[in-house]
Amino acid sequence: MEPKPSIIIKPRKGWQLINFKELIEYKDLFYFLVRRDIKVRYKQTVLGGLWAIIQPFFLMVIFSLFFGALAKVPSEGIPYPIFSYSAMIAWIYFSNTVSGASNSLVSNSSLVSKVYFPRLIVPLSPVVAFLLDFAISFIILFGMMLYFQVYPGVTVLFLPLLVIIMMLLASGVGTFLASLNAKYRDIQYTISFLLQFWMFASPVVYPVSMVPERFQIIYAINPMTGIIEGFRSVLLQTTAFPTRLILISGLVSVCIFIGGAMYFRRTERYFADVI
Amino acid sequence: MSNTIIKVNNISKRYRIGAAEKGGRSFRELIMDGVSAPVRNLIRLRSLTSFTKSNEEDVIWALKDISFQMQEGEVLGIIGRNGAGKSTLLKILSRITEPTSGSIEMHGRVSSLLEVGTGFHPELTGRENIFLNGAVLGMKKWEIEKKFDEIVEFSEVREFIDTPVKRYSSGMQVRLAFAVAAHLEPEILVVDEVLAVGDIAFQKKCMGKMEDIAGGGRTVLVVSHNMALINRLCQRTILLEKGRIVDDGPTHRVIKRYVGSGLSTPAERTWDSIKTAPGNDVVRIRAIRAKNDKGEVAAEFNIQEPVYVEVEFSVLKDGWVLEESLSFYNEAGLLMFVALDNADTAWRNRKRPPGIYRGICKIPANFLNEGTVVITAAITTSPHTLHASALEVISFQVFDPGSGGVRGDYTREWPDVVVRPMFQWNTEYTR
Repeated sequence: MEPKPSIIIKPRKGWQLINFKELIEYKDLFYFLVRRDIKVRYKQTVLGGLWAIIQPFFLMVIFSLFFGALAKVPSEGIPYPIFSYSAMIAWIYFSNTVSGASNSLVSNSSLVSKVYFPRLIVPLSPVVAFLLDFAISFIILFGMMLYFQVYPGVTVLFLPLLVIIMMLLASGVGTFLASLNAKYRDIQYTISFLLQFWMFASPVVYPVSMVPERFQIIYAINPMTGIIEGFRSVLLQTTAFPTRLILISGLVSVCIFIGGAMYFRRTERYFADVI
Repeated sequence: MSNTIIKVNNISKRYRIGAAEKGGRSFRELIMDGVSAPVRNLIRLRSLTSFTKSNEEDVIWALKDISFQMQEGEVLGIIGRNGAGKSTLLKILSRITEPTSGSIEMHGRVSSLLEVGTGFHPELTGRENIFLNGAVLGMKKWEIEKKFDEIVEFSEVREFIDTPVKRYSSGMQVRLAFAVAAHLEPEILVVDEVLAVGDIAFQKKCMGKMEDIAGGGRTVLVVSHNMALINRLCQRTILLEKGRIVDDGPTHRVIKRYVGSGLSTPAERTWDSIKTAPGNDVVRIRAIRAKNDKGEVAAEFNIQEPVYVEVEFSVLKDGWVLEESLSFYNEAGLLMFVALDNADTAWRNRKRPPGIYRGICKIPANFLNEGTVVITAAITTSPHTLHASALEVISFQVFDPGSGGVRGDYTREWPDVVVRPMFQWNTEYTR
């Protein structure tokens, strides 16, 4: 007979580490939640998974019209549509994940208040589930690459690293906002502003080179700067691989991930009481 | 059998009930309130999770110094009125919320069933929901795969298994959900009144499954208002009242105490002041009680003895034809039958002069089924004037001694029925 697990329940105080052992134990639940999120998202829609393409595509069209054609924002020597679309797919993954994760505890409140499982699973599930949309949105990018004759170089091998940094960042921000939102529902109204502001503070519709030299350092602290600049560099060879920016991004993202997850762990003990 | 599997030491749980918000009176106050609302809201929301000396007025202790132990294989019932802390205790045991102080030691895998179908998603198919719900309840993927056919079989929805559950009837959803839950195999199972679901036939199937689980060496904690269920499943029961354990012992004794102490709906209710008694200026109910053969107020009746329900009322105004009626509900909230006073012709279509009246309705022996009976009383004038009503005002238990009555020598479980009448029955030898 296998030894029975022993559980001690008592009030916890202060900061908690992430319990990876328990997360692994519940990997099946995580898998089914991710599957649910994917399956449910486009249920009862006519266009289904096409929505994953339509959203960044139309934003790209609008931005190309206003920023590219009218405002004549520079685009580092490549056509503005592909310049903005390459950033858009990363940004949309990030913003969907962050808003999905932030609302996840509230939208899964029946789970949180009726069963036990490591709560981190809930906000982490959109981080994985939105990867599918992200992958689908690449189809248009490939089409545009062929059309505009812009191709990736060898550095494209770094793409997975960039995606991982972006997932860490989204997880950190998402878990932090999710635990705040459990108690203060103001968060759900704040998120769209926050994300809009964040988008304009990141090089989505304009190149990093437009930012004045003296602000570059502060600008680089925004981890999305490195990620998006990295995306353009490895996919479209706009600039040399921005090692320094990506290092900063990676570092900040890891810090935000740890901070967010720890804050979440610290506050999770009262989720069921306040949600 | 003597391994201690759960050890609960001095568990307490504190909650904050939201303080009532005051409305502003003048226009200026309203404006000021609006401006300062965010600050007040922040303080209020913060105080939900931080407890300091300065803000203790709206704090309640849902549980206070709860301690008990359970041995392996024991089936423990937890009873008590609404708000006694039963659900909070289950939530702490299933690690959904943390105790404010105290500790619990448990040895074994714990599964909790506080609701049937937690995590069900209407857009997903039955098949997908079995996996999702199974995982939510703590099963591994391979375990669900292994039991999948059994679950589907039990749920009786095989032909719809690939249909989204939003197209299911509510009964089918419940059946599917219970089927998943019934196939959990933890060492420790924590259950909250989930059995009051589905149609009678399915309920019976669930009960059978529960009895299998309880009898199968698993350690089980059950919270229920259904005394008959607790009686059948549990050897030992804990009675909670206002967050404390007031009794812990053999089920029969604890239920008797609960039923007898007036912690549950009592067997007698009287109103001291005629002004607050239910009714209007025509008639008011003074008292309602359940009595036995000897004329004593009783909360427990043998299935083979009659029950007398007495209604005492004051007629205050002349000129009304009045009817007394009693509605009898079982523990599932089902209206079993209604009794009217038409058997007594003395007051039929006769106006009643003011005074005090006492009506007695006799429920014959060998008529009610085992379980809790809850009574609502009313006094009306036909066709539709309601003068006085007292809803769910008294209750009593009917127990089955296990032999005699309509049961005779039949010792197995009696079918799940509403009443258990003993009819006249003559059999002749004809050849």
